Amino acid sequence: MAEAQNLPAGSTTAGSIAVAAESTVATRMSAPPSFDVADFPVPHGREEEWRFTPLERLRGLHDGTAVATGDGVRVEVEAPEGVTVETVGRDDERLGKAGTPVDRIAAQAYSAFEKASVVTVPKETVLTEPVRISVHGQGGTAFGHQVIELGAFAEAVVVIDHTGDAVLAANVDYLLGDGAKLTVVSIQDWDDSAVHVGQHNALIGRDAHFKSVVVTFGGDLVRLHPRVTYAATGGEAELFGLYFTEQGQHQEHRLFVDHNAPHCKSNVAYKGALQGDGAHAVWIGDVLIRAAAEGTDTYEMNRNLVLTDGARVDSVPNLEIETGEIAGAGHASATGRFDDEQLFYLMARGIPEIEARRLVVRGFFAELVQQIGLPDVEERLITKIEAELEASL
Amino acid sequence: MATLEIRDLHVSVEADNATKEILKGVDLTVKQGETHAIMGPNGSGKSTLAYSLAGHPKYTITSGTVTLDGEDVLAMSVDERARAGLFLAMQYPVEVPGVSVSNFLRTSATAIRGEAPKLRTWVKEVKEAMERLNMDPSFAERNVNEGFSGGEKKRHEILQLELLKPKIAILDETDSGLDVDALRIVSEGVNRVRESGEVGTMLITHYTRILRYIKPDHVHVFSAGRIVESGGPELADKLENEGYESYTKGGPVSGANSEEDVA
Repeated sequence: MAEAQNLPAGSTTAGSIAVAAESTVATRMSAPPSFDVADFPVPHGREEEWRFTPLERLRGLHDGTAVATGDGVRVEVEAPEGVTVETVGRDDERLGKAGTPVDRIAAQAYSAFEKASVVTVPKETVLTEPVRISVHGQGGTAFGHQVIELGAFAEAVVVIDHTGDAVLAANVDYLLGDGAKLTVVSIQDWDDSAVHVGQHNALIGRDAHFKSVVVTFGGDLVRLHPRVTYAATGGEAELFGLYFTEQGQHQEHRLFVDHNAPHCKSNVAYKGALQGDGAHAVWIGDVLIRAAAEGTDTYEMNRNLVLTDGARVDSVPNLEIETGEIAGAGHASATGRFDDEQLFYLMARGIPEIEARRLVVRGFFAELVQQIGLPDVEERLITKIEAELEASL
Repeated sequence: MATLEIRDLHVSVEADNATKEILKGVDLTVKQGETHAIMGPNGSGKSTLAYSLAGHPKYTITSGTVTLDGEDVLAMSVDERARAGLFLAMQYPVEVPGVSVSNFLRTSATAIRGEAPKLRTWVKEVKEAMERLNMDPSFAERNVNEGFSGGEKKRHEILQLELLKPKIAILDETDSGLDVDALRIVSEGVNRVRESGEVGTMLITHYTRILRYIKPDHVHVFSAGRIVESGGPELADKLENEGYESYTKGGPVSGANSEEDVA
């Protein structure tokens, strides 16, 4: 079920749908989830969860040699009235409630942070302005933990913006009370030398709605692990992602939706464009529909657009179904090339090469960008995509 | 008056690690307002001529010249050729996922005209052009050539021809794969553009059928990489009755099937 799908750029992945009595999503990990880094062996690179990641570029986050420095990252939270922002110690009971680390670096982050940040939107509070969290790398190494908690029927938009240069291992917990609505946008707009690894856990309350938008542009290596679990029935998760992987960059998004409760929905849509030698994008989409999760409706999709030779995509959707009593389940993965014939066709209509590439890339992302529903974020994404294209031609 | 002059054009392609010459000295002059039918058997190099003029990177010009009003076409990039006034209606138009027809047309018209067409008049212009080609308005929201039927692709090519108003239009087997109704609609589109008197047309075809709808001024028989006979419309009648046999006798055609390699 977790068979290798190493495909060259330009190929299409079929993925797998498994009907299993027992989940392999969990058992194929090298160790059970734990908050303690000592419970995980140091990865050697052939493990299922590490086989796509260049360990030598993790700057020691995976083997215990990375040590926090004082000048790691500067975190600033800008929150509208009614929101509580706290810095808390390791013993705060709200930490770690949304999920347990599933790999060594997530556990390392959890074991190593000194203070955590907790942002709370009280019940029935509906924010009209976003909460903005700026994580600015200052060249050092850091471990962090962020909690965002929404009380029942609260509604909020949170934008987490990563910029600068850092080696960062940090987890984020999203706790959604019953009927709460949270949209979170995590932007990885790092400098080219940054390394960022993290696990994002969402625990979705009864009838709550979680929308996650993960946007990755920069960094030498970015490896994020967004995970969703349902606390009760009726929850809905939309996980959108967009990445632009440039020469030499490794950008890895590993998603897991655990349909552990009945009548919940999930919709995963990630799109990426790649260009340049050694650009490597990895997308893992795991969805598990447990026996109890009757009435589940889930779909996951990954599309990649390879703009130049020398880029590589690994896209592995994996759907496991333990009950037949579901509303719907499906997945799709495709990797296409912007090929010379497309370029010729557009140029033969008078369109200059750079304009032709821009047209195709913008078109590729447009539908997804529109789904984000935050005009200033959309504007910034379009500008960023344009700039990336501009710089490469 | 715009004039396209092709002189002693030789073109090769790389195939199986060998260089193969496909065009072996083509001479042709096409003036604005004229319609030239280029007819020939499969593999004679007709499509190679079309794609070479448009600047497809697969083809290497080994000798000869192509000028448009004295300007060296061969020195221009693909998009420069289009902006200079060359238009190639392709036999196999390419799918461009994620790019809508309306966005594509507007970007193209902006590039060709040198400025963005005014939105209000542009919308009207496109709508009317689509109506004339019996194209549903929803067509504009579809992605370029994605999932188009053969007939829809050809109509889309002619729609571009009408909107971009080139000086020289090269229609590469625009008739192939069309049923009679579609052929008539597409031909009417070509004729509307021709009636302006401002376009020189190179109509590349295997069959004489399209010539019942689009009347050429000149007919050229293409065989083994060059024009072997030129005449008036009566030459098409001769081909209709006798086929290409008299031009291809004497062994296999050099450069056979080269056209099929494109697309």
